[in-house]
Amino acid sequence: MSHATIHAVEAHESPLTPESWGKLGMWIFLAGDAMTFGTLLAGYGAIRAGALDWPVPAEVLGIPLTGFMTFLLICSSVTMVKGLSAIKQGNVERMNLFLGLTILGGVIFLGLQAYEWTHLIHRGMHLSSNPWGNYLFGTTFFTITGFHGAHVTGGVIYLGVIVFRGLRGKITKEKANLVEIAGLYWHFVDLVWILVFTFVYLI
Amino acid sequence: MNKPDINSEAKSDAHVASLEPNYIGVFWWLVGLTIAELLVAVVPIGPMYPKIVQAALLIGLALGKAGLVALYFMHLKFEKRTLGVIALTPLLICTLLIISLLPDLTSTPRASQKAKAAQTENAAEAVAELP
Repeated sequence: MSHATIHAVEAHESPLTPESWGKLGMWIFLAGDAMTFGTLLAGYGAIRAGALDWPVPAEVLGIPLTGFMTFLLICSSVTMVKGLSAIKQGNVERMNLFLGLTILGGVIFLGLQAYEWTHLIHRGMHLSSNPWGNYLFGTTFFTITGFHGAHVTGGVIYLGVIVFRGLRGKITKEKANLVEIAGLYWHFVDLVWILVFTFVYLI
Repeated sequence: MNKPDINSEAKSDAHVASLEPNYIGVFWWLVGLTIAELLVAVVPIGPMYPKIVQAALLIGLALGKAGLVALYFMHLKFEKRTLGVIALTPLLICTLLIISLLPDLTSTPRASQKAKAAQTENAAEAVAELP
């Protein structure tokens, strides 16, 4: 069987066959990651529903600060799509600028999260205790926001590598797919924060 | 050697730009929904505005925002249906997980305390109705 025949068979082999295997791979990874976050949030809900002395999050956690952090991640998602748009038009400098802004948004987010954690730790909130009520309040808070923060850190590094490659001229219009795949990860981090903000801070 | 057709390239770039969703429009929707969430969260809970209504509104707004990000920023609206199925699978599994946790939630200390309080209230009412 010739190569051409094999390709022809592969292209119609499965309805999953995508335009980009990398994109499909990223989506499958994100689906797995979403289940991890989903399990964490469902577990949080179950623990909270069963606790009699759960503190009111809005009275303990800084809602204006985290509201601003949410706004920051939304802005960084816009700069991310603008960066993708730029590379699709072959403008590497503009892509680097927008991805740089996205990274900046991520770094500021992490800085604010570090500030929030430090502040809460100074007020007596720890993994196994807190002065306001059920001890699992601190455990769930640090686990969920920490897991999300680790994802933001991963995203900042990931985008840093893309910008580094862009500066070296290794990202071109033809390789816009790489930026799109990185963007999927970044938007997922934003999407998860939207849910974490609602479940952990607002409800 | 063929020279690249600059005009057709510029047209193609303009075509790429015109195919994009209105990202700024989506951004303003997300900002508006976030402000709505904050307003819903700060309104004091009371008999006219119970906690369950507040939680339902907040979850609805959050799911709306998450949907906008997935559909427009992650381009799910413009992708093959199979990618949509992959994206929706975790949501389905997590919903099943929450349903499977429901029996646990109804047998928790909080639930049993509420049931006990309701029993006591009923008993008190019954005593009050006695001649």
